[in-house]
Amino acid sequence: MTSAEKYATAVYIVVLAVVLLYLVLYSFKLSRLERETAELADLARRKPERKEAA
Amino acid sequence: MTAAAFLLLGTALAFYWVPNAPIEGFRQRIFYFHVPIALTAYACFGWGAWKALRLLWTRDRRYDLESYTAVHMGVIFGILTLLTGSIWARTSWGHWWVWGSRQLVLFLVLFLFYAAYFMLRFSVDPGPRRANLSAVYALFGIALIPVSFLAIRLSEDLVHPVVFTHDVQSNLTATQFTTFGICLVGMLALAGSLYVNELTGKRVDARLRELREALQ
Repeated sequence: MTSAEKYATAVYIVVLAVVLLYLVLYSFKLSRLERETAELADLARRKPERKEAA
Repeated sequence: MTAAAFLLLGTALAFYWVPNAPIEGFRQRIFYFHVPIALTAYACFGWGAWKALRLLWTRDRRYDLESYTAVHMGVIFGILTLLTGSIWARTSWGHWWVWGSRQLVLFLVLFLFYAAYFMLRFSVDPGPRRANLSAVYALFGIALIPVSFLAIRLSEDLVHPVVFTHDVQSNLTATQFTTFGICLVGMLALAGSLYVNELTGKRVDARLRELREALQ
């Protein structure tokens, strides 16, 4: 493999790596949103109970 | 899927169909990703400025998130432009970066300008003031895009290659242009799909924050 071939291949790999990194970070964000949604659903379920207790 | 299909096809054509360029040789294949990525970054910044203008014009708050997401995508494609350009520079000129080249420095200025957008945005509390300041800043940045784009054509240092000119010698052949077009469509489709996903995520995030405030 010549030097030019290595660099040209590196460019395509770098682009793929950055897009994959973005997708990994985005999946972390989705996990956080899922966790927050579950917390809020839990909070919404407990709210009528708190009202009744008051 | 469309983006992946176009990008895979573009990569295959770049490596197996397009002949080696007369001067640049095999490394000219970097062009088929580097230039579409740079044009996509400009398109994202332009889209962000358009949404910012719509916000200032209509005062509709939804454009704030759309403008912010477009700038976010533009910065990601800006990073990719700098990375791919740097690798091309290393193999073509022997240096990772040339400070004397106005085109490179102007693109870096454009990138840093939009990177500073996030600092401005997150230094102001959420609300109409933040939306208006961000929109005005995103609109100012649009002025740098033609400067950065034209610098490649008007520069006298002749380090950065120029294509799409009236000079037949330096223009693309039909195979090169077809491959470039496919890669450009793929890159724009990729940016579009990432924009839609990111915008959906940011909207859900904002709605959840509102819901939390309402519940507590």
